[in-house]
Amino acid sequence: MGFVTRGFRGRPRAESDRVPPGQYVVEDFPVLSAGPTPNVSLDSWKFTIKTEAAAEHSWTWPQLQALPHESPIVDIHCVTKWSKLQTTWEGVSLDTLLADVETAADYALVHSYGGYTTNLPLEDLTDGKAWIVFNFDGEELTPEHGGPARLLVPHLYLWKSAKWVRGIDLLLHDEPGFWETLGYHEYGDPWREQRYAGD
Amino acid sequence: MARTAIRRGLSQPLRWQLARLVAERTETSTAKTLVLEIDDWAGHVPGQHVDVRLTAEDGYSTQLSYSIASAPDGNQIELTIQLLQDGEVSPFLVQDFGLDDRIEVRGPIGGWFVLDPADDVPAVLVGGGSGVVPLMSMVRAYRTAATKSPMSLIYSVRSPDDVLFGGELDDQSPGLAFDVIYTRRAPEGTQRPVGRLMRSDISEQQTAQDRAYVCGPTGFVEAAAHLLVEIGYNERHIRTERFGPSGG
Repeated sequence: MGFVTRGFRGRPRAESDRVPPGQYVVEDFPVLSAGPTPNVSLDSWKFTIKTEAAAEHSWTWPQLQALPHESPIVDIHCVTKWSKLQTTWEGVSLDTLLADVETAADYALVHSYGGYTTNLPLEDLTDGKAWIVFNFDGEELTPEHGGPARLLVPHLYLWKSAKWVRGIDLLLHDEPGFWETLGYHEYGDPWREQRYAGD
Repeated sequence: MARTAIRRGLSQPLRWQLARLVAERTETSTAKTLVLEIDDWAGHVPGQHVDVRLTAEDGYSTQLSYSIASAPDGNQIELTIQLLQDGEVSPFLVQDFGLDDRIEVRGPIGGWFVLDPADDVPAVLVGGGSGVVPLMSMVRAYRTAATKSPMSLIYSVRSPDDVLFGGELDDQSPGLAFDVIYTRRAPEGTQRPVGRLMRSDISEQQTAQDRAYVCGPTGFVEAAAHLLVEIGYNERHIRTERFGPSGG
């Protein structure tokens, strides 16, 4: 073990193998955003997957709602060190949305209403690992938590789960998103504590 | 130097370093400023934060982020810590951490909620409670900067007893304006009725270049950012950071 902080004992704790290193568990649901919460109307809401060949696959709000729903129960981990266990969501699997999309892309760049972006490998969005969610804990997802719909990729730090999601560009080459160009880790695996570039 | 702090190469990991407490100041009955010295400190840009790591003898370790309150100043940084009664890190830092004791820090971190005085853009800073801390770093750096686009700080606080950096908020440097808003109890003679931040608290005078920095608890940040959009601030020029009692 390295440096010990003199006089620090910490609060009593239950060891949990569900909490990644450097994280603590919260009961509330903190809100972190880089700018104002955008006002997104359901009438004009659209979600678009665009391939490297510029083919576009779009869904309106009613079209998204008509797809099969899933209800993932997952632990989420924010790079600012809080984790929230056993959160319940409802949404549509990215596997469903990508089913008819032909692509050779290895990377994805996610876009949000309001201008936010984040990047991740396409394989992290498939095989039951990611959803477009619109309900949290049985209620409509509120705007400050990303409503009407956000991406949910619970196995990566939560900044990858873009709020107010608007579309995903499938790319042959990796392109860094908002936080990824500002010194945060390009992949963001909480179990390897990939918080900042170079971690 | 400050620039490289933001744009450090992608391959250089941020190292944990030891920071020694060289001085402390009492801000309020529940908040303290810690002056830390770090041997090999790269400098910071106002608005950035550090991660603090505390490790107990049994190996248990916990981390928390704290904004830097001071202007860039050699190898020293100041953290202003609000004591949270049920917190784990802040009671240690405010009550147990003594002069010459050391903690581990890593940073500076953050490339968005930052204001480099060299950018020379008009800025309104809106802070709620201890959310004023990173804004104070911007104010302090502004005072010594050569560039003089106007800067204003709107600081929302519960009562006079909760005001951080009180002594500095009277100092009206040219181009700099302070406005303290009281939400529960105001000093005698205050004209504005106590209450939450309102549209009339923010100047309607702004240009398309103006930047806004909002920091505080979630509800405060949501409300303030909404007011700024209403007034006509460009949404892309409103930078927000949540700050407040979660875990700390």
